Amino acid sequence: MTPDPSERERELRAGLDDAPTIPVDEFRRRSRRSFLVGAASVGAAALGWNWLQAQPDVGGIPKPLRDTLELNEALWSRLSEQRSAPEFPRSKATPIRMNGRIGIRNEIDLDAWTVRVEGPDGGLLDQLDITAFEALPQREMIIEHKCIEGWSSIVHWGGVRFRDFHERYAARLGDVPYVSLETPDGLYYVGWDMASILHPQTMLVLRQGDEPLDQDHGAPLRLATPNKYGIKCLKRIGVIRYSRERPADYWAERSYDWYAGL
Amino acid sequence: MAETSIETSEPTIDPESVIHDEPVARLVHPRAIRWMHWINVPLLFVMIWSGLRIYWAEDVYAFGIGSWQWFAFFPDAIYETFGLERRLARGMAFHFAFGWLFVLNGVAYAIYLAASREWRHIVPDRQSASEAKDVVLHDLHLRRQAPPQGKYNAAQRISYTVVLTMALVLVVSGFAIYKPTQLHPLPLLFGGYQGARLIHFTMTIGLLLFVVMHVIQVVRSGWGNFRSMVTGYVIERRSPRADDHREDAR
Repeated sequence: MTPDPSERERELRAGLDDAPTIPVDEFRRRSRRSFLVGAASVGAAALGWNWLQAQPDVGGIPKPLRDTLELNEALWSRLSEQRSAPEFPRSKATPIRMNGRIGIRNEIDLDAWTVRVEGPDGGLLDQLDITAFEALPQREMIIEHKCIEGWSSIVHWGGVRFRDFHERYAARLGDVPYVSLETPDGLYYVGWDMASILHPQTMLVLRQGDEPLDQDHGAPLRLATPNKYGIKCLKRIGVIRYSRERPADYWAERSYDWYAGL
Repeated sequence: MAETSIETSEPTIDPESVIHDEPVARLVHPRAIRWMHWINVPLLFVMIWSGLRIYWAEDVYAFGIGSWQWFAFFPDAIYETFGLERRLARGMAFHFAFGWLFVLNGVAYAIYLAASREWRHIVPDRQSASEAKDVVLHDLHLRRQAPPQGKYNAAQRISYTVVLTMALVLVVSGFAIYKPTQLHPLPLLFGGYQGARLIHFTMTIGLLLFVVMHVIQVVRSGWGNFRSMVTGYVIERRSPRADDHREDAR
């Protein structure tokens, strides 16, 4: 049985006919005012938009946007610090794609490779070859590597936690807030805050799966983490430099977020 | 009778004045709804525009079967026309700044709907589905009479509820892509990081289609309807039947 339409209408219109009414001439006045306010708001929005675009650039984007990226980082790091990304079974891992050659355009002689470790005052702390990293505790992690472009891939990395490497210098350095990493040619460089680089999932990678890294993926030593975009995961590390100031970052100079945290 | 009541009627509620046929303006869209609706327009636009700059960097979604591709999101001409190429970083900066405003506006809207009980005019009930069918038939001139309706007809109620739900899914999947580690296990809700990306994109397309339909319907409905979202009021000439209801309701 269908309900009486008028009863249905009454149910649907409940309360509507109690809404306030105004005489039509009063309505015309208010209507005019509403449209004027509307037009003013559109104008204000347009001015605001132009103002934003006209602000001086910091690292390639208008300062208010750069400030917002910094604010976002402050917010997220406060909300939940040092959380870990999920790890996956070995069977899920696939070979990771090659995406970018900045700083690794030419092949190098892997046997001649060393990494310079520098203190915040610019002094040389160490010059290490690959055996120094092979001597540290070896770890595996199967994580989802996320590219800032949008693709991601589950990859099996093997190597050394950065925090285990850092142990060598921790006592000597004391409280240093930043680390900078560079390719040997200095063309690609990334900056890290200490909390992020000491995260247990930030790894100095020597192997993909069970194979040593190939040069496309940063042999003999690269950085990896599931907790920042791939732009922070420098391939072919040539310099590890502790720093008191926030270090320059290749992509942060090109409009990207300095933290690029996930 | 009619003339005397014009002379004596107060601007406020006078039971006598509602009997006759003088048009009055009745509030249909509260001020808060109007502001939030219009603030949402540029915010949604900036979010979609900056989102497409991000999508350009990895534009993998397409319709097709096997190797035959019918439509790729999006043809190069679209990117060229709207200047969306090589703007990933700027796109992200805008997206993660204006996203907060979009979310704040949405949260304020949700709170308002709940507090004012305005949601009752939007969320469909059990009869809405069959009424919505009649609305569509009526719109297509296949049915003479429109079904009864409240503030919105049944088709509007269903589509507004769907689009609000899509907006919610859009925002939650956006957060899953934005901070998959910090918000773990949120991405699992969408089948993982790439699942969240696909759903975020799909909801965006859904919202775009809604906007197109919405604008078409607003144009069809005419000036008075559009004006009501600016001023809040519609002019109504009270029909005797509506007055009967009013009397019954008391």
